[in-house]
Parts: sequence; C-alpha cells; structure tokens
Amino acid sequence: MKGLMTLYRRELALAWSGGGGPLLACGFFLCLTALIPLAAGGDPAGLRPIAGGIAWLALALSSILSLERLFERDLEDGALDLITLGPVPLELVVLVKAKAQWLAVGVPLALTAPVAAITLGLPPSLAPLVLLSALIGSLGFALTGALGAALALGSKRGGLLIAVVVLPLFIPPVVFGAGALERAVNGLDPMPALAFLGAWVLFAAVITPFAGAAAVRNAQG
Amino acid sequence: MITATALTVSRGERVLFRDLSFGIAPGEAVALTGANGAGKTTLLRTLAGFIRPDAGTVAFADIEPAEARARHIHWLGHMDGLKTGRRAREELEFQARWSGANNEGIAAAIAGLALEPLLDLEVRKLSAGQRRRLAFARLIAAPRPLWLLDEPFAPLDARWRAALGLMMQAHLDRGGAILAAVHDPLPVAARALDIGAGR
Repeated sequence: MKGLMTLYRRELALAWSGGGGPLLACGFFLCLTALIPLAAGGDPAGLRPIAGGIAWLALALSSILSLERLFERDLEDGALDLITLGPVPLELVVLVKAKAQWLAVGVPLALTAPVAAITLGLPPSLAPLVLLSALIGSLGFALTGALGAALALGSKRGGLLIAVVVLPLFIPPVVFGAGALERAVNGLDPMPALAFLGAWVLFAAVITPFAGAAAVRNAQG
Repeated sequence: MITATALTVSRGERVLFRDLSFGIAPGEAVALTGANGAGKTTLLRTLAGFIRPDAGTVAFADIEPAEARARHIHWLGHMDGLKTGRRAREELEFQARWSGANNEGIAAAIAGLALEPLLDLEVRKLSAGQRRRLAFARLIAAPRPLWLLDEPFAPLDARWRAALGLMMQAHLDRGGAILAAVHDPLPVAARALDIGAGR
C-alpha cells in the first residue's frame, strides 16, 4: 500500500506538470470547440443537432495529447526498469498511471466539457449530464489511452502510433457519450447510453492492466 | 544468492552467450567483463528479469524470482532513472522509498553521498557525476542484498569512486552481493567473469 501511494504521488506530480499537463489539454479542447462553429459558417442552429457528438469528439482528441509521456519517458530515462523492480506488480503500476492521468488531465477536461458543449449549442440545462458523462468517459479514455501508450512503447514516432492505436478504441465511448446527450436533447432517458458507457469503462479497467503490463514487459526486453 | 544455469540469450539472429552458468554467493563481488557488445548489459537485464532467456534458468536462494525482483535486487543501469524536470529531493524520495527505504536510510544516504547541497536543485542542473551519486543513493538508503550495476562508475571522479568503493565493501560485509559490468577494475576485491569477445 505504501508503495502504491509512493508511485501514485509521483505519477500525479508528473501528469500535472509533464507534457503540458491539464492546461494544454483543456486549452486544446476549448480551441477545437471554438473553431468548429467558425468552420461551419457561424450558424449555431445548424450545429445544435450534432453538438453532443462534436463535444465528445473534441474530448477524445484532447485526451490523446499527453499520453506519450505516460510510459515513453520512463523507458527512455531508465525509470521503467526501477519501477519494474518495485514492490507493486506491473499490472497495478499501469492502473495507477492511468488513474493519475485521469485525475490530472481527464477530470479537468470533464470540468471544461459543459462550457464547450454550451458553446456548441447544447442547452445549459444539460450541463450536469455533460459533466457526468464526460467524467465517466474521460476515465475510459485514460484507461484505453494507457493501453495504447504501452503498446506503442519503444517504437519510433510513438506519439503518432498511440493516436492510431487509441482512436479506434475511443469509438464506443464517443458513440455512447454522444448518444446520451442526443437522447437528453430529444427528451428521452439518457441512462441506457450512460450504462453502456459505464460498462465500456469497466471493460477497459479489466483489460488495460494485463494487456498494458504485457506490452511494457515486451518493450523492456 | 543468485545462480544462473545454462543461460542462452540471443538478440535477433546473434547468440550473445550460450550455456552460461555461474553463481554469486553472499558477500561476493563479481566484475563482469567483456568487449563492447559482448552482452554484459544483456546478461544483467536477464538476471533482473527484463529479458527472458532463450534457454536456462535464473534462481535466487530460498526465494521466488518474482519476490526477489520486487524486494531483493537493486538495479543501476546506464540510465539513472531520474526525471530531469523534478528536484533532486523529489527524485531521491521516490527512488529510495520505492526501493523500500525508511527515513533513517534516506538520511544516511544523503549524508554519505554529500547530497544535501543538491537536493533543492532540478535534476537537469546536476552534472553527470552528481546525478550518478543521486541515483546511487537508493542503493545506500534501501537495504536490498543483490546489486546489479551497469558501468556504475563511468561519470564519477576518483574521490567518489573510492568513497563508493567503501560503501560497496560495507554492503558486502553485511552479506550482500554485487555483480557489476565494468571496463575498469572495481574498487573492491572482486572475482572476474568474462563473457567473451563480443563478436
């Protein structure tokens, strides 16, 4: 337990300060959602039907930004060797890294999401739903993002590879998250879509530690 | 303390060593020698569990390999594992506590390696020798019996080589063991293990 906390504090500090931290991700998120209405010709009414989908797409893209530093820096500077010879199994290390990534980047992005969604034309009354769905979804993005970062470990142009590996894995949460908002806009119950989103996050929480740890071991060899 | 039996490891098409067997007893230091590319680092990484051998086994006395790697091995490779953007104090705290050190151990390492004036500096502002001393601190702070070292003294001056030699001797006197890949002689009495010409 002491080892876990030692690692968690370190990962949180690195996620908060490294790779631009939450400011870069939130800034990118807001810029993207501000640019889309301009690119669409400045007609907010035209965007309104797809505002939830656009907000979720922007959230997914913003979640990728700082994934490269998750394992790659530790591999380059030798810290991954030290971490591997520590008191915590590598599977838990992967989970701790994903959780720190969520707290440092995912949660600030989720807090920004209502602002972005309202900018895109969603009714302000849906802000709590946007926040809730973005909190759940960003946890899923952090988990699958950690898996993608582990799979791309040691490859040249790892950042690009992470995006290629991770984006297909982001399709289900984008569909479920945007679906929840769309149902709410149309006066339907968003819970079924949120339940699917939650199920996908649980699936990622089970798969990521084992697949991620295997990928890290493979990169070390 | 550690026994390698009939180890064979290849990288790509090239076999680095075949049927290599040796053991290291408590209190013993072994200097691992060989030409560049002979496989010294690969052997150390195999013993540490980072590389799976093509054949052969690595065994630890009275302890499972997974447990040994979690609590009994100190690894110091070419890279120090230090984050350049963090302060020396933060990195020392993490590395030492992750390795199992307590407050007394950390204080002893800081005093023994004269790290106090460096602790509030960012790691990027330290010289290569200072970084190596900072990385060495976890070995002094946390009691782990087997030290696997890869070119541990390369950036250090003569004074610190001698000082670390005394710390290594103290570790051996406590029943610890050391396997170090080196090009120059170790500053403690050590058995040589040559793994070939590295063709």
